[in-house]
Amino acid sequence: MSVDAATTRRIAHLARIAVKDSEVAHLQGEINAMLAFVEQLQEVNVEGVEPMTSVTPMAMKKRADVVTDGEIADAVLSNAPATEDHFFLVPKVVE
Amino acid sequence: MTDLTSLTLAEARDGLAKKSFKAIELTDAHLAAVEQARSLNAFVLETPEQARAMAQGADAKIATGEGGPLNGIPLGIKDLFATKGVRTTACSKILGNFVPPYESTVTSQLWRDGAVMLGKLNNDEFAMGSSNETSCFGPVVNPWRRANSDAKLVPGGSSGGSVAAVSAGLCLGATATDTGGSIRQPAAFTGIVGLKPTYGRCSRWGIVAFASSLDQAGPVAKTVRDTAILMRSMAGHDPKDTTSVDIVVPDYEKAIGKSVKGMKIGIPKEYRLDGMPPEIEKLWQQGADWLKAAGAELVDISLPHTKYALPAYYIVAPAEASSNLARYDGVRYGLRVPGRAIGDMYENTRAEGFGAEVRRRIMIGTYVLSAGYYDAYYLRAQKVRTLIKKDFEDCFAQGVQAILTPATPSAAFGIGEKGQADPVEMYLNDIFTVTVNMAGLPGIAVPAGSDAQGLPLGLQLIGRPFEEETLFSLGEVIEQAAGRFTPPVKWW
Repeated sequence: MSVDAATTRRIAHLARIAVKDSEVAHLQGEINAMLAFVEQLQEVNVEGVEPMTSVTPMAMKKRADVVTDGEIADAVLSNAPATEDHFFLVPKVVE
Repeated sequence: MTDLTSLTLAEARDGLAKKSFKAIELTDAHLAAVEQARSLNAFVLETPEQARAMAQGADAKIATGEGGPLNGIPLGIKDLFATKGVRTTACSKILGNFVPPYESTVTSQLWRDGAVMLGKLNNDEFAMGSSNETSCFGPVVNPWRRANSDAKLVPGGSSGGSVAAVSAGLCLGATATDTGGSIRQPAAFTGIVGLKPTYGRCSRWGIVAFASSLDQAGPVAKTVRDTAILMRSMAGHDPKDTTSVDIVVPDYEKAIGKSVKGMKIGIPKEYRLDGMPPEIEKLWQQGADWLKAAGAELVDISLPHTKYALPAYYIVAPAEASSNLARYDGVRYGLRVPGRAIGDMYENTRAEGFGAEVRRRIMIGTYVLSAGYYDAYYLRAQKVRTLIKKDFEDCFAQGVQAILTPATPSAAFGIGEKGQADPVEMYLNDIFTVTVNMAGLPGIAVPAGSDAQGLPLGLQLIGRPFEEETLFSLGEVIEQAAGRFTPPVKWW
């Protein structure tokens, strides 16, 4: 399988990465090189094989459903690029 | 007085206990070495004031006899570990000047045991790379050079800063992480020891995530013993990481010097690659001979799905990365590049904040998880992963206790030499290490010899789940036979 220029743009958009027109051909080539590399997996017989979900045979532990943290708004916001009154600021979402 | 930076971690610990020198002297000696070695670019942030304060605290504890097992030991911390109040970037522009208000579990355990932080170490951006060339702080230079050449070599990656710092004597040990070989390949490239523990042995909490089902933290150090000492402090159950395993942490150092007599060691035929350099082949045989001389029994084994590990990895790891790295959106922390609407801001921020390798992997991951391709790529890769793990389980079920392989297909290469035209060329560096991550097993790289140009080469031992002690015992046998590897000239 390989991707064309339109698919490359679509993937970039799905990944929310802006791509310049001049970058598309190069990215497309790199993605196709990797897809060519992983193509050999098609020759493996995976009939009846369970997909791996955990490398260690363990059930995920569950903790009690209680509040363990909180009241640290200043710490949570300390690295934010833009804030106001303990809110994260973003550009206008709805016109 | 001897140069304190030439000591091993165990020697330094014993010297501190005997009061041969003070923790502050040990830390100052290493801080001076760090300062003189800036041309290696191993540290991305030096924290001398914090280091001195921690060392003085360690001296106070020595005076009252209450120090922990790492009391006063100066360490470097890979910039993937969140350190409270100290900038943590994963060597990516997108994290900018991120200063965590919390500490990773692994580093908090090191400080609990008395260790001293010298600073943060360079790595490939988000640990994606095998040469430390993708870091936003620029490449790390390997302290080793080819005979009669001053060409700059890579230290391997992604833990390139960690291994360069240990190899050059800038710290007594360092934290590292391994998703596809990022502890073992760079350890081999710099002539030091690196352990990738069993998945679940060390907490991943507070470590910047790359591929969560493969990531595991581990130590790099000058000797097998030093690695074992560090491992005892780094390992342990953590309720904050649901994949962390609640098994008692042994005193790993006790495994050093333990007899390996009668131990069954597998030699997998699939690791004998076409066109493998004769010196790697020779090194492998030498390692087998050393283990045999120590009383181990060597058996030929087969791991039939080995060749599919790397392609399966390059589906699973980017898929998980694309999901993990979705959090970098310019809203809550790190870089923000403005845009007209919020969607533009996301796209601009991520285009400028991520480097080329990270962008490429996020896009591959996005593609293999997208509607219509999930079954063909991701689901198939996870099935192949089950088969890779079964290969190992079959061997272990036949009594094999550990597996011996080369650590890397070559010695360290030059900066800018690989992966320029085809990314896959760089990925092949992890061909011997990546199977271990896919199966969640422990693996150790131990220096074992040199190539024709005098560069160090390593061997890898792969163990059964949670049997790191076996790897330390076997690794010690190789180290005793091969000796230690320190850069012949201090040119930096």
